[in-house]
Amino acid sequence: MEGLINWATAFWEGLPPALQTVTVTSLQIGLIMVPLILCVAYLTYAERKIIGFIQNRVGPTRVGYRGLLQPFADVGKLLLKEIVVPTNANRYLFVIAPLLSIVPAFATWAVIPFNDRFVLADINAGLLYVLALTSIGVYGIILAGWATNSKYAFLGAMRSAAQIVAYEIAMGFALVGVLMASGSLNLGEIVRAQEGTIFTWFWLPLLPLFIVFFVSGVAETNRAPFDVAEGESEIVAGFHVEYSGMAFAVFFLAEYANMILVSALTATLFLGGWHSPFAGMPVLGDTFLAEPSFFWFALKVSLFLFVFLWLRATFPRYRYDQIMRLGWKVFIPVTLIWIAVEAGMFLLEIGPWAN
Amino acid sequence: MSRATSFVKTYFLWELLQGMRVTLRNLFVRKVTLNYPEEKAPQSPRFRGLHALRRYPNGEERCIACKLCEAVCPALAITIESTTAADGTRRTSRYDIDLFKCIYCGFCEEACPVDAVVETRIHEYHMERRGENIMTKDKLLAVGDRYEPMIAADKAADAIYR
Repeated sequence: MEGLINWATAFWEGLPPALQTVTVTSLQIGLIMVPLILCVAYLTYAERKIIGFIQNRVGPTRVGYRGLLQPFADVGKLLLKEIVVPTNANRYLFVIAPLLSIVPAFATWAVIPFNDRFVLADINAGLLYVLALTSIGVYGIILAGWATNSKYAFLGAMRSAAQIVAYEIAMGFALVGVLMASGSLNLGEIVRAQEGTIFTWFWLPLLPLFIVFFVSGVAETNRAPFDVAEGESEIVAGFHVEYSGMAFAVFFLAEYANMILVSALTATLFLGGWHSPFAGMPVLGDTFLAEPSFFWFALKVSLFLFVFLWLRATFPRYRYDQIMRLGWKVFIPVTLIWIAVEAGMFLLEIGPWAN
Repeated sequence: MSRATSFVKTYFLWELLQGMRVTLRNLFVRKVTLNYPEEKAPQSPRFRGLHALRRYPNGEERCIACKLCEAVCPALAITIESTTAADGTRRTSRYDIDLFKCIYCGFCEEACPVDAVVETRIHEYHMERRGENIMTKDKLLAVGDRYEPMIAADKAADAIYR
């Protein structure tokens, strides 16, 4: 045993440094990706269960104990289905489109800090990286709609493009507010800037930006009530109308990965990331509950994911022009006004960033 | 509502939050789903499912080929041909019900003067091949023979209301 460990250590140190870095990074990527994909699988299950419960149903109960194996049954079914490429479709773009939507959805996770220490790429321009990648995500949808060469898909893609452009701006402005408050583009630094009690997290001083960011996030992921890009009652399934089997599953995966991503971003930027809500409280302030940990981050992400599902179960779909009105005439002014207010708070030294 | 209240309500998402309260409350309400094969909803004795032709206790067919059911059937699902049997009575030589045409209205059962054609409680049946949708006389009699106790009990339960 001793010899084996010694041999392994020697073997590891004998490797070229580049190979060592690649190995460690790959393992870290696996450490993020595998739980993430499992989370996506169980998010679909949670969605069906929660929306079922809200509608006084019980949701899936047949596969496994209380339907817990349902996601795997779904994946198995989708794997076995044929991928039909329409005759008039642009084959190359048709196949590349799902990849274009899933790659950014996963790649953005590189800069999300899970706790004080673990983040895959601790880059200083983390927020810019996030903005850039979430913008690329829209190409997947637009190209899917375009390559399919069907009017439904094209309408869905156009709607999605207009919607994402409109909400990206509001989202960007909300991020500007966070940037001003934290003074950093690094997501880890942003979380550290929120250290303190639950009231020094940015959600309270930046409440309008917090709400605008989250709602824009819902719109950005094309989730109900902003799902006109899919709009199954008007344009069948929108951009993915001709996708089946694994190609469809990849879009599905991307949508849910994006949901988790938006929840994680909201938790990181506005709800203090890995910080505990009990920190600095008179009674629980010195127990283990006040310790900052990954657990709190996961809890906050789950909270936002629940809100995603809750919104979907509650609200009917927005009409297309109402979405545009909300994005351009409500969210952008609201964020601009609050950025001005925030600047005023800076000058008057009010708020958690005052010291 | 004044413009000011309206403005405040809009920007604090008041009505949206009210809606979300309703859905959140329903999240914890008792669920109404029946786990179908294990649990079933109660049925009335008047339930109108698969058809059957009955016999008298001595084994004689009840049907006298009066064709009232054929005449009353609004979907024209019943086809009857009659002959004279060896004992000189009028009997059906053919009695077909097309289950695809049938709308399960129960008029045939109401029209029958001898309680021969009935609709049973059976509703969990299926067809696998073309043509199985036609319930011939033999199949109808077989259903009647098999479920006679149930049919008789249902008839008895309903008799006091007639």
